[in-house]
Amino acid sequence: MSDVLGNPGIPTNASDSLAVLEKSRSTAETFGIPLAVLLEITHRCPLQCPYCSNPVELDRSGKELTTEEWKKVLSELAEIGVLQVHFSGGEPTARKDLVELVKHASDVGLYTNLITSAVLLTRERLSALADAGLCHVQISFQGVEEGLADRVAGYKNGHRKKLEVAKWTRELDLPLTVNAVMHRQNLHQLPDIIQMSIDLDADRLEVANVQYYGWALKNRAALMPTVAQLDECTRIVEEARERLKGTLAIDYVVPDYYALRPKKCMGGWGRQFFNISPAGKVLPCHAAESITGLDFESVRSNHSIAWIWQNSDAFNRYRGTGWMKEPCKSCEFREIDFGGCRCQAFALTGDAANTDPACALSPLHETIFKQAEREAEGETSRFLYRNFAGGTLESGNDA
Amino acid sequence: MAGPRNISVSEASRPVLPRHAKLKYDETRKVWVILAPERVLAPDEIAVEVLQLCNGERNVGDVADQLAAKYAAPREAILADVIVMLQDLADKGFLTEAREKTS
Repeated sequence: MSDVLGNPGIPTNASDSLAVLEKSRSTAETFGIPLAVLLEITHRCPLQCPYCSNPVELDRSGKELTTEEWKKVLSELAEIGVLQVHFSGGEPTARKDLVELVKHASDVGLYTNLITSAVLLTRERLSALADAGLCHVQISFQGVEEGLADRVAGYKNGHRKKLEVAKWTRELDLPLTVNAVMHRQNLHQLPDIIQMSIDLDADRLEVANVQYYGWALKNRAALMPTVAQLDECTRIVEEARERLKGTLAIDYVVPDYYALRPKKCMGGWGRQFFNISPAGKVLPCHAAESITGLDFESVRSNHSIAWIWQNSDAFNRYRGTGWMKEPCKSCEFREIDFGGCRCQAFALTGDAANTDPACALSPLHETIFKQAEREAEGETSRFLYRNFAGGTLESGNDA
Repeated sequence: MAGPRNISVSEASRPVLPRHAKLKYDETRKVWVILAPERVLAPDEIAVEVLQLCNGERNVGDVADQLAAKYAAPREAILADVIVMLQDLADKGFLTEAREKTS
């Protein structure tokens, strides 16, 4: 088995007794079974965040895998060597069988993380999840005060509910991560979001700048931060990390539009990560279905998940470096960033095999950067809310 | 409420892995791992042995006693190494102390 699955990337540095277990890292062609898998168990969600990472074409509830199908998936993941699963969505608590799924994941030895908006949780249900073996809770926040936070989420009284659930989480002795999605309209609240995380007794804070695919790309003009805002954000994060060492860990994601090098998206296509969609498609990333012309295998097919990961066309199409064109092909960074993000390359250039325009070496970089800068300075602040109907424009005036 | 943060490991501490950090043998990769939120740590053999002894009942001194006897090694050197390793884990947020008994 270990030969087939490749090099798991075990650290060799003997001097560090607690090295981080790296995902496969050596050469471009190795890809072990991922350590962690994202399970988008439903696309249903009461919130309507305009930067939702779900595809614009959402899976309807009738297409969702059944409880038994998800349990089979969980058993199979544990068997092939996956160690952690993230229950995500949509809103994972919208599934009535969540406690049963978490229990099953724990029974087969998986470390379980719940990525939730929290607004549907009761204290009883959270307690049942804890009893089922849930290891960690991540709650998304849209701001620090109701006015803005509820407007971004398109959900009344959501912020108040999130604060309440965060409190229960800690009372139940579950570790808490605050996930704060940042953009032009809420970046000024970052210092208060850091303080809110401390007050909530969170262990971790993710300061995640919006990534501009799918819904967020449709809302880019309303969300894109200015360069000055982003510089200030970085300064605040760095200062807080130093001040809060040992109290609050802060993860930081910047929007790649303002970078010179693209991000190593997903650690490279099909190298360290896959996710499973509500309908059971095994995907190289949560936005992969936005690339037309790729067929994604389903867990409902006759193939095992390990087979799909290793052999399916969709995973092999952009795996490694063989698919690259110039300027990636001869680039010295090709195994560092793998040409950036395939979904972004497709969305902005029409060809997923092109260099991600976030890279300064892309011929389109300059154009797109300038356009983003213009949008960031612009007046548009109205959202297109995410929903199954293809989006609804926020009412009221542009202000 | 949860166990304390920012703990300072000493001979008298009774450390234990918190609920969100799980020590487990990974059968696929043939390696011990500590599973934590968004992280997988790979403890070395000695760290694994120490952590298996840290059950919230034994204090760090007891752990050093056991290892010194098992390996016929000087206790003071082992104690110092154990404290450094555990403090490193504590600083990363993956170690807590057993709550005081209320009796």
